[in-house]
Amino acid sequence: MFGTITAGISQGFIWAVLALGVYISFRLLEFADLSCEGSVTLGASIAAMLIWKGLNPFLASIIAFCGGCIAGSVTGILTTKLKIPPILSGILTMISLYSINIHIMSIATGTSGTANLSLLTFSKNTIYGVLRTALGLEKTYVTLICGAVFAVVIIAVLYWFFGTELGSSIRATGSNEKMCRAQGINTDTTKILGLAISNGMIALAGSMLCQYQNFSDVNMGVGSIVIGLASIIIGETVFMKVKNFALRLLGIVVGSVIYRIVVAIVIYSGMPSTDLKLMTAVIVMVALSLPIIKNAFYASSKKRKMRSEAAEIDAEVTKNG
Amino acid sequence: MADISTMLELKNVTKTFNPGTVNEKVAMNRLSLKVNKGDFITVIGGNGAGKSTLMNAVTGVFGVDSGKIILDNIDITHLAEHKRAKYFGRVFQDPMMGTVPDMEIQENLALAYRRGKPHGLKWGISASEKTLYREQLSRLGLGLENRMSAKVGLLSGGQRQALTLLMSTLVRPKMLLLDEHTAALDPKTAEKVLTLTNEIVGEDDLTTLMVTHNMQNAIDYGNRLIMMWDGKIILDIGGEDKKKLTVEALLEAFSKASGSAFANDRALLS
Repeated sequence: MFGTITAGISQGFIWAVLALGVYISFRLLEFADLSCEGSVTLGASIAAMLIWKGLNPFLASIIAFCGGCIAGSVTGILTTKLKIPPILSGILTMISLYSINIHIMSIATGTSGTANLSLLTFSKNTIYGVLRTALGLEKTYVTLICGAVFAVVIIAVLYWFFGTELGSSIRATGSNEKMCRAQGINTDTTKILGLAISNGMIALAGSMLCQYQNFSDVNMGVGSIVIGLASIIIGETVFMKVKNFALRLLGIVVGSVIYRIVVAIVIYSGMPSTDLKLMTAVIVMVALSLPIIKNAFYASSKKRKMRSEAAEIDAEVTKNG
Repeated sequence: MADISTMLELKNVTKTFNPGTVNEKVAMNRLSLKVNKGDFITVIGGNGAGKSTLMNAVTGVFGVDSGKIILDNIDITHLAEHKRAKYFGRVFQDPMMGTVPDMEIQENLALAYRRGKPHGLKWGISASEKTLYREQLSRLGLGLENRMSAKVGLLSGGQRQALTLLMSTLVRPKMLLLDEHTAALDPKTAEKVLTLTNEIVGEDDLTTLMVTHNMQNAIDYGNRLIMMWDGKIILDIGGEDKKKLTVEALLEAFSKASGSAFANDRALLS
């Protein structure tokens, strides 16, 4: 049980990078970006292929990040310059990436149509393998430490970036595009840039995930956006009253870790792992509709109260009259 | 030929929406207008007269079909909206439109302070700016100077419009464009915002276009009044003539100039 939970936490840190990426598009740009699903796999495919080719895993992860940035820019260009609706732009990128990812993994094996790559024989040359040798610790702890350090560094960088003039203009674009153009901000550029950073981080998460599980598969991104959203929503619920931006980002990391712990416990208690996606979707559905459910509940309880008050007055009138 | 007294000139500007369809609408019909430096022009006209189209064409929300738009001797006809932004301060009718609700008051001001400048990797707000913002906010007399890190989404419509007005003039624009900026406010707040507008415009001698549905306001404020109808300017009154205007005279002038019996209060004031 303890092992399950620590494994959950260390995976939580990896998925937190993805959730932070989704946060940039979903919350800051108000753009439900489905290219996420392709970008996760893109990052994994690039990292796996480069590690197969013997490249330094840290360098491979950085290149994976850049690959994600390109994917995000494509979605951005589709929606801003070619005026394709946001959801469709994301889907187009995602679908294109499916083929591209197979091509990338095929480079490693030399056989076309390679849909997955195992890194088991290269596990010493992943970021976790290298750090394990360097630190002389067990894999779970290496993943934990590495994930925590990574999360802190990424939060710090994001906090800095979104506080700068450029970052502020990206945040403003998501909130009020018309006003931004009136202030001289090129909203096409800010959107493309925001999506590039978002998908870059998602691809980085993908590369970390593939190095963690020593495996890259063309379908590994399926449902990742929902997992990202679940982490964001859990984080926002836990850190509800927090206004500070850095703490809100931290909330997402915490949300991601909580999500993974829940998943670990659920699977440990015997739920088939294939039901996981359904469970995640239900969590997100309930969380997103919570305000409406709350309002409906509030309204009906108010109605009941008013009705009982009216009945009391009636009774009073009958008594006195 | 450089013309130093003219701030804005529209030459035969035409804009048609949905051309070739049943919804075709000529919003600006060979419209020409010369705005002098320091002019405070009020713009009136019924719905669909082309007032907002005029504003949007000048600021580049959309391109025009033909004609030229010259601002201070620069041809801006084909300049992208975000590139002309540095020349214009804008306040929209909808109080939600002019500010970023998810950002702090000071962050909004910081965006306005950088209007038309490149956005780099410097920190979004410097300490010296904050002093400037505090000073400027205290001019509004709304106590916002003590709430600089509050989210703009928490402010009332009137507070937001006042803030938008301040933002639009924080860096002196070549022109201030007000598109029915008090229409969504209650009468008392509207009056406050108008007084503030008059103060700000007067202090900096800003060249201003103010669209309004309130004819009394159109008469009371500014040094020039134009009336639009069917995509054209049908009346242009300035100087002493404007001071003598009354709402009745304006209605009469409208029916004469437009040559239509449509000139009732409803057409103009709705």
